[in-house]
Amino acid sequence: MPSLGAEMEAGRLVTWYVEPGQQVHRGDVIAEVETDKADIDVEVFESGTVGALLVEEGASVPVGTPLATILSADEATPQPHDTTEPTAAPSGAAPAADLPSPAAHPGDAPLTSAPVPAGPIEPVPHRAGPTAPLLNPVLRRLAQRLAVDASTLVGTGSGGRITRADVERAASAPGSVPPRRGPPPSPAQSGRSSPYARRLAAERGLTLTARTGSGPDGALVAADLTATVLPPLPSPSGRDAEDRVDAAPREDRDVAMRRAIARAMSRSKREIPHYYLGESVDVEPAMRWLAEHNDQRPAAERLLPAALLLTAVARAATSFPDLNGTWEDDRFTAAEGVNLGVAIARRGGGLLAPVIHDAHERSLPEMMTALRDLVARTRHGGLRASELTGGTITLSNLGDTGVETVVAVIHPPQVAMVGAGAIAERPWVHDGHVVVRRCVHLTLAADHRASDGHLGGRFLADIAARLRRPDQL
Amino acid sequence: MNSQDIREVVIGLLRDIAPEMDPASLDPHADLRDELDLDSMDTLNLVAGVERELHVTVPERDYPQLRTLDAVVGYVQAQRPPAS
Repeated sequence: MPSLGAEMEAGRLVTWYVEPGQQVHRGDVIAEVETDKADIDVEVFESGTVGALLVEEGASVPVGTPLATILSADEATPQPHDTTEPTAAPSGAAPAADLPSPAAHPGDAPLTSAPVPAGPIEPVPHRAGPTAPLLNPVLRRLAQRLAVDASTLVGTGSGGRITRADVERAASAPGSVPPRRGPPPSPAQSGRSSPYARRLAAERGLTLTARTGSGPDGALVAADLTATVLPPLPSPSGRDAEDRVDAAPREDRDVAMRRAIARAMSRSKREIPHYYLGESVDVEPAMRWLAEHNDQRPAAERLLPAALLLTAVARAATSFPDLNGTWEDDRFTAAEGVNLGVAIARRGGGLLAPVIHDAHERSLPEMMTALRDLVARTRHGGLRASELTGGTITLSNLGDTGVETVVAVIHPPQVAMVGAGAIAERPWVHDGHVVVRRCVHLTLAADHRASDGHLGGRFLADIAARLRRPDQL
Repeated sequence: MNSQDIREVVIGLLRDIAPEMDPASLDPHADLRDELDLDSMDTLNLVAGVERELHVTVPERDYPQLRTLDAVVGYVQAQRPPAS
């Protein structure tokens, strides 16, 4: 299960597009995975024959769980992987034997969707005893929330696996520590449960009894319900309830998207010491050049100002390696190329920042094509896993909203984000006279651990200079 | 193609861009950008669709004329030869 975002901990495998014995080539889409933010097509990174599908449709597994085996041409027999050891690290680091050769993109969580067996794989022993029982991150959080001592858990799932029911049963056992001292406030009183929680409970036929929640003053909120005793929606295929992420209803998807964004943004603000710089840029020459370019062409071949911005940022980033890369494990790793994230708003709310790989090598028309394609698939489905990983710097262009200035939140583990506001006519001094020129306010939010203001300022100036020579982009 | 046919094509293009839109409740005089939260990419896609499906050319300087559904239909009709 690949890590498709800094905040991702688990994903649900929705559909397999391949079956054992099928030939696959590098880049083929082999499965659809549902995450908090979107349904994503997962590609395979090795060519070969599908060996075994290790995760069944409908199952939710932690990031890092091997999904399938891919046999290379000279493999005689498939090497089965034991999937009962979940990875503890949310960033998706998998046991070394499962990894293909390291990805070229630094800071990229290894995509373990297609492990190539390096040799004989030994099954991982089940460890459900008193020392560190294996809990996936979802169940670990549940155990914490219910104040269950994980070391006392006994797994009743297949192979001694600890299931959600095991955690909940332990929570209601006499020996467990109650989560809060004193009488819990009754959630039936107004203000003690959120409206959404009440509606969710009503939909599922659940009575809100006296139970402490994680909202203000112990109020029950929807997250409390879904994490604990919410009965699952009836499953047409009868899958294990504890493995399903009940995200089918539209409102649950919205909640899941906000939760994913909340995790990513909170982490960014918590961990990254941001500094901010801004510069107003005269884009009158760029806009005139664009108008002339577009006037001669059908709509399908026209360029948007956004494509100019993306291209200028990608080119500039190649000259400023300290702003183009990732910060992990207390150090910065500069990327070889520019994989440019593009912040794209989804209709009805929510935000994704899919990546244009090797953006520095794309021409202006190619950048426009990539942008158009990414926007379409962000809003109407079809984004691929490889497009949600490996970003080295991002552009957040909110010009269409009319705002002047974007003070961005850096997308970890990246170290910089360029912001752009609306392109609008402003009074400007040009050749010693005050004239009306179209301008855009560009900003840089950067990680002060990786770079300082002087460098950031030069980077913005480089982007501005490129925008003033659009014919050379 | 009469005005109703043109209108249907344009509504179809708008539904591609804004799938949640209910054609029955779309006010033909409402500003499309506000009503359907269209950004510059959406507008470009709409124009490309109009050019492709309705066989007219829409230069950039004419974009401000395509503000409402009625305006789009009127613009296309003015560009096309009258239906036989």
